[in-house]
Amino acid sequence: MNTLKEAKTLIQENIRDYGMYIALFVIILTFTIMTDGLFMSSRNISNLIDSAGYIAVLAVAMTLVIVIRHIDLSVGYAAGFMGAIAAILMTQAGMPVYITIPIILILGIVIGLFSGFLVASIGIPAFVATLAAMLIFRGALLQVTEKTGTIIIQNDTFNAIGNGYIPSLLQFNGLHLLTLIVGLVGIGFYIYSEISNRRNKMKYQFDVVSTGIFVLKLVFISAIIAYITWILAGYNGFSWTIIIMLLVVVIYHFISTKTVLGRHIYAVGSNPEAAHLTGINVKKITYIVFGSMGMMSALSGILFTARLQSATTTAGTLFELDAIAAAYVGGVSAAGGVGKVTGAVIGAIVMASLTNGMNLLGVGISYQYMIRGGVLALAVIFDVLTRMKR
Amino acid sequence: MSEYILEMNQISKEFTGVKALSNVNFKVEKGEIHCLIGENGAGKSTLMKVLSGVYPYGTYEGDIVFEGIIQKFNKITDSVETGIAIIYQELALFPDLSVYENIFAGNEVKRGGVIDWNQTIVQAKEMLKKVNLDVNPEMLVKDLGVGKRQLIEIAKALSKDVKLLILDEPTAALNEDDSENLLKLLGDLKKQGITCIMISHKLKEVISIADKATILRDGETICTLEGSRGEIKENIIIKNMVGREIDDIYPKRENKTIGGKILELHNWSAYDPQLSRNVIKDVSFHVNQGEIVGISGLMGSGRTELALSIFGNAKGYKLQGDLVWDGKSIVFKHPSEAIEAGIAYVTEDRKGDGLFLGQDIKNNISAANLKSISQNGVINQNEEIKIADGYKNSLSVKAPSLEQIVGNLSGGNQQKVSLGKWLFVGPKLLILDEPTRGIDVGAKFEIYTVMNKLISEGMSIVMISSELGEVLGMSDRIYVMAQGEIKGELSAEEATQENIMQLATQ
Repeated sequence: MNTLKEAKTLIQENIRDYGMYIALFVIILTFTIMTDGLFMSSRNISNLIDSAGYIAVLAVAMTLVIVIRHIDLSVGYAAGFMGAIAAILMTQAGMPVYITIPIILILGIVIGLFSGFLVASIGIPAFVATLAAMLIFRGALLQVTEKTGTIIIQNDTFNAIGNGYIPSLLQFNGLHLLTLIVGLVGIGFYIYSEISNRRNKMKYQFDVVSTGIFVLKLVFISAIIAYITWILAGYNGFSWTIIIMLLVVVIYHFISTKTVLGRHIYAVGSNPEAAHLTGINVKKITYIVFGSMGMMSALSGILFTARLQSATTTAGTLFELDAIAAAYVGGVSAAGGVGKVTGAVIGAIVMASLTNGMNLLGVGISYQYMIRGGVLALAVIFDVLTRMKR
Repeated sequence: MSEYILEMNQISKEFTGVKALSNVNFKVEKGEIHCLIGENGAGKSTLMKVLSGVYPYGTYEGDIVFEGIIQKFNKITDSVETGIAIIYQELALFPDLSVYENIFAGNEVKRGGVIDWNQTIVQAKEMLKKVNLDVNPEMLVKDLGVGKRQLIEIAKALSKDVKLLILDEPTAALNEDDSENLLKLLGDLKKQGITCIMISHKLKEVISIADKATILRDGETICTLEGSRGEIKENIIIKNMVGREIDDIYPKRENKTIGGKILELHNWSAYDPQLSRNVIKDVSFHVNQGEIVGISGLMGSGRTELALSIFGNAKGYKLQGDLVWDGKSIVFKHPSEAIEAGIAYVTEDRKGDGLFLGQDIKNNISAANLKSISQNGVINQNEEIKIADGYKNSLSVKAPSLEQIVGNLSGGNQQKVSLGKWLFVGPKLLILDEPTRGIDVGAKFEIYTVMNKLISEGMSIVMISSELGEVLGMSDRIYVMAQGEIKGELSAEEATQENIMQLATQ
């Protein structure tokens, strides 16, 4: 009984965080029922996560941009442009993929730093600076693809980033063995970090949840990871996109919660004047956050181009708005200083699930936009209401 | 005996399990100045919010009787229409609009739905005359000082035919001159028949102006003192406020050992490119190790600017002159360099540029010195908790846990968190800018005690303060500033309120 009571208060206190997961669960359940289980099929889930990947990496970096009270509208066309540059480097300059990718990522950083320069050093509002950059990249994308139109990429290694799967090693009862191993390692790592975290908190006599709830949480999350791994192992296993996306999330989550840099980013977002007087270099933080945004748009461009196996003239259209929407669904606040990168990923998956599920059901594109708009509005309304209560 | 204009009977208000007010009785007679006094968290603001309709009828128990009628305010405009106006500590003016636009904002002078600007200006002039403010009504509010803005707020209230004027710590941000002005105005308004409720922490003001004073403590009415019976006296008020007697507001300090010079400024000037004028002019002064140096002066005399120019030139002034730190001539280009050298600056405006209000106590305390508890940029979060908890206890921050959001703490506790953040840096010189503004007597005493302890451990403190009593009570030496210059230096023995004011108003 006590465990139940504790669970209730825990959910009440963290309703904003849990709300998102509950919403995702409801969406998944609804679509699964309405499509007679097709939604939860191995193939579809694999496909869904892959289609969320290039938005998720943008949303993760965008969350930090919004946390420091800025915005970046240029990331969509920047991604499209850099995808096209990658295609040109490989097809026309004959550059190997292992050199192309680092070059594009560095180009992304440079582009991001330039936005950072306009915002932090010149003092142009981010909205205007990145709107200008958006127009410039749109033009640049058209410019580089003007003569050739769509650039088809023949390089299998590059295309595997968007379409390929990690090698299987062995088939195990028709299941993808390496995927199972990766999933198990993930669960093990999760349980280990949770337990060591809890042990530390108890050492300092900090409040921790009761053992019952703790075990329940461990079992629940592990079961979810195991289930997803199981589903994916039944098809082609983890795709490279999933691996890249997970890596990005883990790295960003670590930086934003465990490091001095992360703390400084949230401090600047929470109160820039106080941050300055605390000895934090606000300009440097702004440069870093925009630089990371640029790098993630490069990565997004690579993922998208590889997925299509070609660079098109319209690549990246509206990515920035999808990323911003995902960040807001994930709980970032425009007032600054609030928002988790893990939330942004869930936000991206929520939005991708909606698109995917509605496609399966054959909902018209006009309704799809309206429904996604409604979900975004609902998420933010929920956010505002739960914040007001505190 | 005149009638009561306002009676609040048996008011109780609860916030999810916490009783903020319990059976408070508060009666105000027509035409009097009635002060409402209490420590932070005593329930003064809550009571005024009940009165003004911020907490609508039905969310509290008890009755509000205004001019003999039971009032049921559902929103703020209801109380305004009845003739009750509240002026909050944080002024609600539009800085980019003119004085006359501000006075009639929300109450525009209209003819057939169209604003009559000429008539507005004429009426604004009248209102300004009523509050003895001689400014051009077409000036922008952002170009006026805090004192004048305060008067404009009052003019705004008067334009709405106010019967009961409530002022929430009106002089908290004002210098002594402006405060005196304001208090005089309240006296004038009283003669015009306007009743006034004033919330204040400054007991001297209360004593000089109040006809009556009601004291709240822990959400209950303790007593109502009457000036006519000679009850409004400092010791009586303090005793009732805190429930104990504080025989000395300033704790005594033992075994002073004052060392050599830690900071010297020679012919120090600062030019503010935004204001395009010198905010600091040719200042020379020094701070010895182990002493408290008081910097007194009126608002706008350049005290904060001086602190900011020393603290890594935080506002980007163009500096001239020499700064000698610990015997070495040095230039700080960023606050981080000053912090590195051992200087800490606790800001005047803790909400505006001092704290991260949306973050918890732990993150605020560790913010300025994460380096010391991190390895390769990764924070040791256990160490962080230990340290934050240590400061929370040693400064007796009253909060349920370290994970409490700082924005939800009272002013005194916020100030302690601010202090903890800077003590964690381990500074040699601590610059405190208005360290006790807007905090209650009990918390003030605690902060003074901490200051004395730090000094005895060998730290140096520069204390900037508008409160003369505090400057006199705590400092070893006092510099008086005016117009960006140091007008004089006084030792603790020779300094009096009179000679400080004389220098400050030169």
